[in-house]
Amino acid sequence: MARAVSTRTKVTNTAIAGTLGFMMFFPILWILVLSFKTEEDAIRAPLEVLFSSDWSLDSFAAVQARSDYFKHFMNSVIIAGGSTLAGLIIAVPAAWAMAFVPAKRTKDVLMWMLSTKMLPPVGVLIPIYLLFRDTGLLDTRIGLVGVLMMINLPIIIWMLYTYFKEIPGEILEAARMDGASLREEIIYVLTPMAIPGIASTLLLNVILAWNEAFWTLNLTAAKAAPLTAFIASYSSPEGLFYAKLSAASIMAIAPILIMGWFSQKQLVRGLTFGAVK
Amino acid sequence: MSTKASRTAARLMISPAVILLLGWMIVPLGMTIYFSFLRYNLLQPGNNPFVGWENYYWFFTDPSFSAAMFNTLILVGGVLAITTIGGICFALLLDRPMFGTGIIRIMVIAPFFVMPTVSGLVWKNMFMNPVNGIFAAFANALGFQPIDFFGQIPLASIIFIVSWMWLPFATLILLTALQSLDQEQMEASEMDGASWLNQFWYLILPHMARAITVVILIQTIFLLSIFAEILVTTNGGPGTATTNLTYLIYVSSLLQFDVGLGSAGGVVAIILANIVAIFLMRMIGKNLDA
Repeated sequence: MARAVSTRTKVTNTAIAGTLGFMMFFPILWILVLSFKTEEDAIRAPLEVLFSSDWSLDSFAAVQARSDYFKHFMNSVIIAGGSTLAGLIIAVPAAWAMAFVPAKRTKDVLMWMLSTKMLPPVGVLIPIYLLFRDTGLLDTRIGLVGVLMMINLPIIIWMLYTYFKEIPGEILEAARMDGASLREEIIYVLTPMAIPGIASTLLLNVILAWNEAFWTLNLTAAKAAPLTAFIASYSSPEGLFYAKLSAASIMAIAPILIMGWFSQKQLVRGLTFGAVK
Repeated sequence: MSTKASRTAARLMISPAVILLLGWMIVPLGMTIYFSFLRYNLLQPGNNPFVGWENYYWFFTDPSFSAAMFNTLILVGGVLAITTIGGICFALLLDRPMFGTGIIRIMVIAPFFVMPTVSGLVWKNMFMNPVNGIFAAFANALGFQPIDFFGQIPLASIIFIVSWMWLPFATLILLTALQSLDQEQMEASEMDGASWLNQFWYLILPHMARAITVVILIQTIFLLSIFAEILVTTNGGPGTATTNLTYLIYVSSLLQFDVGLGSAGGVVAIILANIVAIFLMRMIGKNLDA
């Protein structure tokens, strides 16, 4: 039951929460501001930056010229997108089978799959690094697609399973009673109901793969480096670089920030493995 | 409703995932354990003799190991304390009626979607830099000496940055849990004259207990593997002041090319993560009705 809340309470709440929200968001806002400044202006005192300096688009061009932003962006797209798609191709049938044809050991299999996610990456860094070195996969996009697919596979399977589990079995029976063949059942009944779940899973996993920074930093050098590694190259500064770093950062996080805002719900489902409802 | 044929089909559909995950788990894990018993350095070619527990001995007696264990403990513990307590406060606050809920929530959650290398470098340069950073500008304006964050309090600075990234996660999970709280129960308690503190202690906190545990366990798994934030800000230094277990293993294996020692460290990291994972898996299993 909604209780009557006075406007004054609401205003107070808004003021407190708004201030805290603004503080959390401020670093992102600040690099957005700095990315539209020149290098000389970007290191001035905060108030001067805001009120007495010009806006410019130079930094974005400079970032592209300095280190080919676009190439790294494409690497990120291919690695994040490729690993998610490959994961879905393997996970959809598996989750489907576990949700619709549960066997005695389904629960154990699911739990075991999840447990592989608990393996710390640094525990298998050396073997993967050596295997990659010996097979020529170091600094290749295909190698990273494989590794990121494997580390996200348990989450993908898990999320899909929980979504598929919500599709009521009675609908399938009804379709069958009406004389639908298995093919028709899949195309006309199951697929439309499964698409939203698959889309949410895809969204969250693209985000996770885009931001993954352990494997992408350790397994790439120049050719296959995605945006995480591209940004890391700014950790050894040369001259004035605040505006360029800001522009590069904004370009690296903007696509995912926008996707993230649409995936708040999926985040809870995907990262708590159903332990919080 | 499952026939023999459909069960065979189901098994076929699951097998690619099972085979891949099994391979992913067993092959590198087996290699790490195997390497950890060899004297194996990439800079010294030749045969790699079996040396028993020697690598573990060196790893545990290395002074940077105890430093790394200590730092890992402080880093994980510090971030957990900040994000859990902060997350409870944020969740309670965001659950209250207000204007513009959507936009405020988005601002609070945004940091979670920022990639680790960006947050590390942005905080280090734009905020914590002792000359040009915003914190320094504040300190100067108030007449204080600016703090050299990564020189004077390096580990605390990293805890701060990582907490900024994980506070949204804790908030989001706890808020989800809070929203399933029975409102009628709350009203009933109000009618019975319960104070806000009583409500929080006897109704809200017990209701959130499970979500809080989940937040702590899941974050611990991820926080044990903090790497990029350290790499771009301090490189583990000054000295070993910000070297955690993950970073120490990275240094000994990929920078000093000591595969044997690095592998021994890897095994230690796996055992540590598994201690946490056991509790987490038990909680997940209880909630799973397959």
